[in-house]
Amino acid sequence: MKGFGNYSKEIMRHFTDPKFVGEIKNPDGVGEIGNMKCGDVLRISLKVKNDKISNIKFKTFGCVAAIASSDVLCELAKGKTIEEAKKISNAEIIKELKGMPSIKEHCSVLGAGALKKAIKNYEEKGNSNS
Amino acid sequence: MNPIYLDNAATTQVDEKVLKAMLPYFTEKYGNASSQHVMGQEAKRALEDSRSVIAKSIGAKREEIIFTAGGTEANNFCLKGCFFAEGNKGHIITTKIEHDCVLNSCKWLEKQGCEVTYLNVDEEGFVSVDELKGALRPETFLVSIIHGNNEIGTVQDLVKIGEVCKEKGIMFHTDACQSYTKVLINVDKMNLDFVTLNSHKIHGPKGVGALYIRKDSKITPLLHGGGHEFGLRSTTENISGVVGFAKAVQVAGNSDIRYMNKLRAKLIDGLLKIPNVTLNGSKGDERLCNNINVSFNDIEGEAIGGYLDAYGISSSTGSACSSNTLDVSHVLKAIGLSHEQINTSIRLSISKFNTKKEIDYVLEILPKIVEKLRKMTPIKL
Ligand SMILES: Cc1ncc(COP(=O)(O)O)c(C=O)c1O
Ligand SMILES: [Zn+2]
Repeated sequence: MKGFGNYSKEIMRHFTDPKFVGEIKNPDGVGEIGNMKCGDVLRISLKVKNDKISNIKFKTFGCVAAIASSDVLCELAKGKTIEEAKKISNAEIIKELKGMPSIKEHCSVLGAGALKKAIKNYEEKGNSNS
Repeated sequence: MNPIYLDNAATTQVDEKVLKAMLPYFTEKYGNASSQHVMGQEAKRALEDSRSVIAKSIGAKREEIIFTAGGTEANNFCLKGCFFAEGNKGHIITTKIEHDCVLNSCKWLEKQGCEVTYLNVDEEGFVSVDELKGALRPETFLVSIIHGNNEIGTVQDLVKIGEVCKEKGIMFHTDACQSYTKVLINVDKMNLDFVTLNSHKIHGPKGVGALYIRKDSKITPLLHGGGHEFGLRSTTENISGVVGFAKAVQVAGNSDIRYMNKLRAKLIDGLLKIPNVTLNGSKGDERLCNNINVSFNDIEGEAIGGYLDAYGISSSTGSACSSNTLDVSHVLKAIGLSHEQINTSIRLSISKFNTKKEIDYVLEILPKIVEKLRKMTPIKL
């Protein structure tokens, strides 16, 4: 049986028990993206060590789908190199969540965008972390 | 804890007494009310007795009640049937806070050449009688105004509005799906020509409703056929449904209203103790006894609803994310809420079957959910 709003169990698990909520102090990169039509706003902050994402956290104002996909995004990104992380797609997030009701797909497209912004922010700072 | 159902404005549990009254009409008394034989006449009697119960409950005559397949049909019938009887022209006045079945019927009628005015409401959801007076035109044939609002619970003063309509000789319709059995309706005191009622909001079965049609009103039927329902709505009557509908009206009592009022006050008090929570809709007594609508700053309504559901608590929200069209609630927009406020709203609607214990549980869980979601949000209004 599906849960609230026809969400998968995987989505409900990430939604009710997200592991990556928060904001990193002195981050190496931050990215915020807002979809005011849906009302979802997502902020990613991350730390980079040896070209790898060593820590990543999210803060999201949004629906079940938006929060769950933010959490999965962080899970996917953590430990990846910057180049690998850039390739994380919405399709991958949805696959990880075992599907997304089609009407909700637009709420899960925020994640990849916010991560790309955070990485860009990091690169613009000039990779100055040691 | 068993599931806690707080979405009674969407639909309700059928009362056991209602179910018991209905059951014989499926397997024993299943006759067609148009048949001449004993079983047919038995069905006919049940149909007419049910009609009398509904009629009496709103101060109408038996022959003025036409059963329908629900509130949506009754609203469509009234609006379209009056427009057709008017000769496919003229002007309707309604409001911006109607149920979709009224709004979308009006939008369709506009395409057929009908002119429609959608009245504004104030920040608590009330229609202004002065604005109504100003909107009247010589070609206005119908005023259609929802009685108790399904989202924010605001109850309109139909006596005052009815006086204006009567004075101008304009037909007056109300959609009373939410207010029926909760707020007194009297077709003469309110000068009503049409009233939409339904059964599944009052612990009756789904798929049954009624349209009150004042004697000699000009209305064209939508369903032509064997001449059922005084020639106004053909199709073999849903006997078990109307029997259940009537039973639901009979078992509804003032003590239920008092009980719901108390539960609702308790729930509202508890909710308003959570920081940065606002009550949407009517602030005074002119509010349906089962309706609560609140906004929780900085957190999204669908997420709150999803969390509540994970704890077995059913609710509903006006946020964009929860709707098929990604539009925010038109009712909350009409009372002047910002997108942020609408996207953070939830509706909790109670019934006589909810208990004090359930409300206590909700008030224990909800602050924790709000706190958790507020830790996640990047927004601070
Ligand atoms: C105010 C109002 N009008 C009309 C309806 C439609 O009634 P039904 O579901 O019986 O078609 C509803 C509920 O769904 C309602 O709340
Ligand atoms: Zn969303």
